[in-house]
Formats: sequence, C-alpha cells, structure tokens
Amino acid sequence: MNIFFQQVLNGLTLGSVYALVALGLTLVYGILHIPNFAHGALYMVGAYMAFYLVGSLGANYWVAMAGAAAVVAVLAVLSDRLVFHRLRNAPPLHDMIAAIGLLLFLEAGIQAIWGAEFHRLAPPYPQIVRIFDLVAPAQRLIIIAAAFGLMLVLHLFLTRTLTGSTIIAMAQNRDGAALVGIDATKVSVLTFAISGALAAVAATLFAPINLIYPSMGHLVIMKAFVIIILGGMGSIPGAIVGGLVIGFAESFGAFYVSTNYKDIIAFALLVLILSFRPQGLFPSGARA
Amino acid sequence: MTTKTWQKPLLAILLALAIVFPMVAANDYYIYVMSLAYIMAIAAVGLNLILGYTGQLNLAHAGFMAIGAYTVGILTVDYGVPYWAAFVLAGLLSAIIGFFAGLLSLRLKGHFFSIFTLCVGFMIYLIIEKWDGLTHGTVGIIDIPAPAGIGPIRFDNTWSQYYLVLFFLVLSLWLMSRIVHSLLGRAFVAIRNGEDLAETLGINLMRTKVLAFVLSTFYAGLAGALYAGFVRFIGPAMALESHTFDMIAFILVGGIGTLFGPLLGAILLTWLTQSLQFLQDYRMIVFGPLLILLVMYFPQGLIGYWRQRQVRRAAASEKDRRLQRSALSSRQEVQTNA
Repeated sequence: MNIFFQQVLNGLTLGSVYALVALGLTLVYGILHIPNFAHGALYMVGAYMAFYLVGSLGANYWVAMAGAAAVVAVLAVLSDRLVFHRLRNAPPLHDMIAAIGLLLFLEAGIQAIWGAEFHRLAPPYPQIVRIFDLVAPAQRLIIIAAAFGLMLVLHLFLTRTLTGSTIIAMAQNRDGAALVGIDATKVSVLTFAISGALAAVAATLFAPINLIYPSMGHLVIMKAFVIIILGGMGSIPGAIVGGLVIGFAESFGAFYVSTNYKDIIAFALLVLILSFRPQGLFPSGARA
Repeated sequence: MTTKTWQKPLLAILLALAIVFPMVAANDYYIYVMSLAYIMAIAAVGLNLILGYTGQLNLAHAGFMAIGAYTVGILTVDYGVPYWAAFVLAGLLSAIIGFFAGLLSLRLKGHFFSIFTLCVGFMIYLIIEKWDGLTHGTVGIIDIPAPAGIGPIRFDNTWSQYYLVLFFLVLSLWLMSRIVHSLLGRAFVAIRNGEDLAETLGINLMRTKVLAFVLSTFYAGLAGALYAGFVRFIGPAMALESHTFDMIAFILVGGIGTLFGPLLGAILLTWLTQSLQFLQDYRMIVFGPLLILLVMYFPQGLIGYWRQRQVRRAAASEKDRRLQRSALSSRQEVQTNA
C-alpha cells in the first residue's frame, strides 16, 4: 500500500509539472498555430534564473520563482515580437524552423554563461511529511499544491475575466475575434507572457528534486508535446488530463516495468495510441 | 533553355575541383573535414527529399543516420561481418525502419508529423543509449574497421577515403536528380504545394509520402554507414535532434528544395564552423539567429536566390524582346499602310 502510494505521489508530481509546461504550449498553439519548439528552452532558462537568484543573490525561493517567471515571460514576449510575429504570413515550416533557431540560441547562450555541467538548486523545504504511516517529501507536496493552485487560477482567469476570454476567443477564431474588436497584438503578448511564466514556475518547482543543465528542457518539452497531441492541440483540460496520464504512466512504468526505460514510456504510449487513433484521445477542432 | 547550356560545363568544373582538392589541400586535416562535409551532405540530400521537395519536416533524420552507423558498428565490431555487407544492410535497415515509422507518422499532417518524428528520433536515441547489450550504451562503439578494399583499391588513408566518399556523394546526387526530375519527383512537389490539389490530380498521398520518407531514410542510413567507417567511432549522441537541426541549417543556407542546396550548405557551414573553432560548443549562438534571419529574409537560400534572379532576368529580357518585336511590327504596319 505504502509503495503504491509513493507511485501515486510520484505520478502526481511529474504529472503536474508536465501539465504546467503543456498548458503554456497549448495556449501559444492557440495563438500561433505552430508548435513552439523553443518552449523547452524557456523552461530551461526559468530553472537557471531561479538557480541564479537563489544561489548567487541569495533570494528567497518564492521570490526567485516570481523573478524567474518575470524574466522568462519577457523572453517569451520578445520571441513573439521579434520572431514569430514577423513570420505571421510565412509558411508554417518557417515558423517551426525559426522556433528551432530560437531553441538553439537560448541553449547555447545559457551554456556560454553557466557551462555545460550540472547544477543543483538547494531544496528550500527538505522536510519529510508524515501522515499516519505514509511519508512524503515536502517539496513534492508543494509542487502538487502549487501546480494545481496555478491551474485553478489560470482557469478562473480564462473563463471569468474579460481579458482571459479574449485569449479563448482568439484561439477559437482569429477573424471572429478581430471582428468583435479584440486587439490581436495585446492578446498574443499576454499569451506568450503567461506561457513563459508557466514554464518558469514549472521549472522552479521541479528544480529542487532534479538537476539543472542546458539540455534539461528536451525531455520535458517532448513529453509536453506528447501530452498536447494526446489531449488535443489547444485544449486546456486536455493538457491537464494528458499531463497526469503521462505522469502516472511514467511513475508506475518505472516501478513495475523498468527504471532504465522510463523516459521511453511516454513516447511508446504516443506511438501506441496514435497507431490506433490518429486523431488523438480528445480530438479538437484545431487539429489539422 | 539557356540553363541547360551552362549547367553541364559547370558540373564538370565542380567535379574537377572536388577531385583536385586533396592535391592542393594544405594538410590531411582539411581533406578529413571536407569528407565529413560530404557525408553530412549525403544525409542532408536525403532530408531535403522529404523536407524540401515533399514539404514534410522530419525531425528524426539524425536518428535514421544513427541506425545506419550503428548497423555497421555492431555488425563489423561484434559479429565480424565484412564492411560492405554491413554497409548494404545499414541502408536497408534504415529504410525498413523508416518504412514503418513513415507509415505511422505520415498519418499525421503538418506540425503533428514534425512533433511525432521528433519523438521518434528521441526514442531511437534513448534505445541506443539504454540498450547496453546491443549498442554498448553511452560508451559508444570504438575501433570500427575502415571500409575494406575493393579489388586493388584500398581505403586505409584519408586520401582514398575522401575519394570513396566523393564517389558516393556523386552517386547520391545523380540518383536524387533522377528521382526529382521523374514523374515521381513531380508528385512529391505537388504534395508540397498542396495536398488536396495533389490528391485531386490522382496522386496517392499516403503511398507517395511514405515512398519519399523511405528514400530519405535510405540516404540517412548510407550516410551513417559511411560515417561509421570514416570516423570509426560512434556514440548515441549522433541520434540527437540537434544533428537534424544541423542538416536543416545546411539545407536552408544552400537552398531548400534544390538539388545542390544541401551540399553547398553542408560545405559552407562545415568550413564556417571550422574557422570558428573557438566557438565549437557555442556555434549555435551564431547558427540559431542565422536560422531565424534566413527564414525571415532569405528563405530560398543561396541557390534559390540565384535561380530566382536568373528567372527574373530571363523574364525581363523576354519582355524587352517582345517590346522590341511589337515596336518593330507596328512600324512595319505603319510603313505598309503608307
């Protein structure tokens, strides 16, 4: 029972981190209609920012998280204004290649500053929480609570506020949104900022129980892509459910199948599901 | 029509330059670098078939090159299979795995296809890295034998290997030009220009796209096999998507969807990287923004740009001639009327 509970906890931790990253991707997909390959690099920059703020400036963990979110949000907005916005009328192939260019640049830039070696963010809450005979590291509980809290806030923002609904409107129908007077520039700046901030928060939450290195974003972003293909591109509930599915599949797979191959599980799942259902698990209108 | 007249002499000159190169190169290292550029060019020519001609961004290409390289590495080092037998098997195995991967991934369109192939490439990387028993895991395979001699010709030094690689480069370019100028090649381009239209023209989308995919992975496999015999050391990192990104950069710089674009890009960028030695790990600080600027301002690449100018100039002179002719004929009319 205890071991089973550990796997559930692991699955929830992984799933909520993946869901946060996938949410940012899916939101940007709603605006750009291209997969933002640079999103994993934003996640990585977020981790480095938190590492820098905590390690070199001695900032508090939560302040560092806010700082990382702000920096990455600005970076994401810049990438939209300087690159993606200018390629609006180019074929989708060009957007994808530009996103790859951005990814390469950010990774090489971070490596130039901090080197290729691994870094660690000291866990701010190293305690172990005991409930009856179940034990859980505090950091994992914080990840789960913070991620779900953030998802709730995002959900309320998107559905209950006027600004939030402009994002949804834009994702549903670009021309329709323009017709009712929604400012496309404002919405896309806002969306990129949110997606960057989500990536940075996810990275800062996950960093204390993980390593920080320049290519740390690769696996996470690819899993986030798997999640949004499975959950339906542009679908917000799909990203959350998909994140949890992959998180659980990984934690149980690592335990019951093989730790060595745990990273393949997400991709094997994708291949398996798409072999039988090329339209994904939750087909949405946005699918080409 | 004018393009045909200068094309053949130009190709002959280029080939002569490539043959003379080792004799004028200052040292063996330059020959080595050039051979590597050729090998990457063969892989990029293959990628260009699916990316440039058929319009599908396959991000698993480096994975297929790694499959080719590992086929040669494993068969020659662990099982004592002769190099050339392993070489043929490498191309075939890449194409067979490419067939199944293509069958699965080409059911998805546009960026879904790209994301899916990104995942396929990463799976190949993970399998190579984790399957210690077969692939030697993170250690990689060392001491891969150089290509065995054919008859009296031996491939035991950089010079002879350079010519071997050059031979395969010419062969693969010739084959590619036959493919893209055939009816099949036109079907590929039709799919790139619009899948719906291509389908109404009677092109079987799935079959044609899978064929393009298989051909491109065959090229990747052969390039990988050459790489294994030439560098003689391989590691799992060669399957990483960053190598696919390198090849995309070659194609974009040289000219996407042109026969010689990938070769031109591979040679230019390889030498650029060499001259920026001090940048090695940081070359992406230059390449990343370069990619972005290219797709923004120069999406057709060097050869595409040159060809566009050629067409424009031809159109302009044609227009001049027509104007002159009409001016002439109207004058004649005036004269006859008078």
